Amino acid sequence: MQLDEFFVTGEPLIYAGMVSIVLVSATVIFLLTYFKRWKWLWNEWLTTVDHKKIGIMYILSALAMLFRGGVDALMMRTQLAFPDMNFLNSQHYNEVFTTHGTIMIIFMAMPFLIGLMNIIVPLQIGARDFAFPFLNAVSFWSFFFGALLFNLSFVIGGAPDAGWTNYAPLAGSELSPGPGINFYLLGLQLSGIGTLATGINLMVTILRMRAPGMTLMKMPIFTWSTLITTFIIIFAFPILTIALALMTIDRIFGSHFFTLTGEGLPMMWANLFWMWGHPEVYIVILPAFGIFSEVIASFAQKQIFGYKAMVGAIVIIAGLSFVVWVHHFFTMGAGAFVNSVFSITTMMIAIPTGVKIFNWLATLYKSKIIFSAPMLWSLAFIPSFTIGGVTGVMLGMAAADYQYHNTYFLVSHFHYVLIPGTVFACFAGLIFWYPKMFGHKLNERIGKWAFWLFLIGFHLCFFPQYFLGLDGMARRIFTVGPEWFTLNFVSTMGAFLMGLGFIVFVHCVIYSFRFSPRNIEGDSWGYGRTLEWATPTPIPKYNFATLPEIESHDALIDMKEKGQTTFDRDKLEPIHMPSYTGQPFIMAAIMFFASFALVFEWITLAVIGLAGIIVMMIIRSFDYDEGYHIEVDEVIETEKKARGMTDE
Amino acid sequence: MEKKQNKYPVNHIIGFALSITLTIVAAWTALSSDLPVMWIIIAIMALAVIQAGIQLFMFMHITERGATHAPWNMMFHAFVIAAIVVAGSLFTMSFGFTHDHGGGDHHDESGAESHEESHDDHEGH
Repeated sequence: MQLDEFFVTGEPLIYAGMVSIVLVSATVIFLLTYFKRWKWLWNEWLTTVDHKKIGIMYILSALAMLFRGGVDALMMRTQLAFPDMNFLNSQHYNEVFTTHGTIMIIFMAMPFLIGLMNIIVPLQIGARDFAFPFLNAVSFWSFFFGALLFNLSFVIGGAPDAGWTNYAPLAGSELSPGPGINFYLLGLQLSGIGTLATGINLMVTILRMRAPGMTLMKMPIFTWSTLITTFIIIFAFPILTIALALMTIDRIFGSHFFTLTGEGLPMMWANLFWMWGHPEVYIVILPAFGIFSEVIASFAQKQIFGYKAMVGAIVIIAGLSFVVWVHHFFTMGAGAFVNSVFSITTMMIAIPTGVKIFNWLATLYKSKIIFSAPMLWSLAFIPSFTIGGVTGVMLGMAAADYQYHNTYFLVSHFHYVLIPGTVFACFAGLIFWYPKMFGHKLNERIGKWAFWLFLIGFHLCFFPQYFLGLDGMARRIFTVGPEWFTLNFVSTMGAFLMGLGFIVFVHCVIYSFRFSPRNIEGDSWGYGRTLEWATPTPIPKYNFATLPEIESHDALIDMKEKGQTTFDRDKLEPIHMPSYTGQPFIMAAIMFFASFALVFEWITLAVIGLAGIIVMMIIRSFDYDEGYHIEVDEVIETEKKARGMTDE
Repeated sequence: MEKKQNKYPVNHIIGFALSITLTIVAAWTALSSDLPVMWIIIAIMALAVIQAGIQLFMFMHITERGATHAPWNMMFHAFVIAAIVVAGSLFTMSFGFTHDHGGGDHHDESGAESHEESHDDHEGH
């Protein structure tokens, strides 16, 4: 293989990408060496099994991916505003919309939410870590290397170009030869291992490690939504795993599951993809609902309205999410009866979702609302998401869908649910829990600027797209006629405004890192209701020295009334902690090596990598490290320092 | 944390070896045996049932009682999902498919007549 077949050549934008990758990597290596931080990086981060640190790494990776996916989006919008400029050619445009979609869903939305769950769920239920801390590290690193593999594709080998849905037969080896689609298949497979393992890990953690007295119906709503999400992950992700594996075998070993020849069934790919794909949408929306519930209850200073109805609605949405997948391909031709069945199940989802919307409104009703930055994101979510939901019901009507299908109406709809739903929740949750992660708050003034820029930009960007869609503009086209120029131009302006909002947010993070006051209260906002706010800030390694008996889903409110804290000197015992280990990092790195070899169909190297993974598993099986204990004296000292106590 | 278990996991080793063997047998049946197609399908189904049994008895604590009892709840959900995947795929992938996008019942007939009929049928909906 020649070097110019290995690297992508001939595209000035991609050369710029290569140069920036080399420059950023060189800078990072230089800084780490200059400040002698290699050992710190390895000991504190790469080998960690602490759920808080893993969560932070998830969120940082997700923010980096938000940047990458956002740049993709801006490139597409530039092309569509000025199609005559030939900014992107058709092939490059195909690659950009494919990576935009895949990165935003798989490598941005999910890791961001999983990062927040990582940090917050154990704190909300009074656990010291995940049930399986080692597995948690394996999850993170397999996600990280999966994302790395996928992102390498645009400079090495060529990016996938069959859309994020990767439909057969277009994605088959006949119509898309070369490594591009293999990057998609193996990048998703690798990070899928991490998602599935996290699902199992979190489910066990929530079911087995709750604080004394915390029954299921006394769990905070975010923990509830996480629990239901783990159920969806465990049942939906195996379908993706199998579908990806079948297509990988098709492409690399020449089988005929989804091919046009040899009795293959290309439409089965769409069927399997959406059997996973629809529950996947709820994997990224249910935790978001949980975050909004927490933020709204806190800053409305009220108990969440209709706790039981909220929980019930989540369960029903999760159940329905498995029986609506056909609405993604009504036009495939399954016939009127099949379409009608799925049309009805689809519209039924609007009922529990409506229940949730009204419960949030009822929580806000007659409350004293504190307009903090996280609350602004949550308040903006309600009307924006409702617009997305209503257009969703329109799309759910099978007969009408024949008009909307694959137009910008659809594009606008799913951005209207995923951005106000998931992205707003990520921002709300990150700002809300930021003090618990980094020991200081984000600057409110700059944070609100970021919010308003992003919100206005969002509506400016996507609202015109509904009308472009109704006018007949198809998705995934790289050139448009002059009659659609105005709306496309407005839309592009909106996209750049969102980009500006993101830059202001990054500025807010840097500004706050330098100037925000430290040594703040455990209940940093003063409006916290749940157990995570009972810990001191910064949170000790072991989270909770002791735990009170939990009596309601607003544990902190009860504790404040009774004057309890998570530091009860009479109940102290030595705390058992898991040891840090480099094995997860090494194991995932070997998986990356094996997957990379398989992308280029270097079978021998892939087999060597596979053997390496098995060796790592054997090493792990005979690893009898039982962790270590933190003694009572050390706990007392840590807690006194963290709580600023100087008595005795 | 549980105490370290020094007992050699015989059941797990046997189960693991058996599931690998069954997989190889299934692959051989499909790829290299000279059986008629129907018998291959039946053989693979039978092997799958045995495989599921091995999983349940060797790994999923189905015979245990008490604190580590079988996860009935999860197994029930797993069966429901498996049913949705299989029945749902059959339903969407085979029901109503004709080459003229008409009604569902005419794909066995041929020629212009059925074409006409299915159009009428379509309007009837």
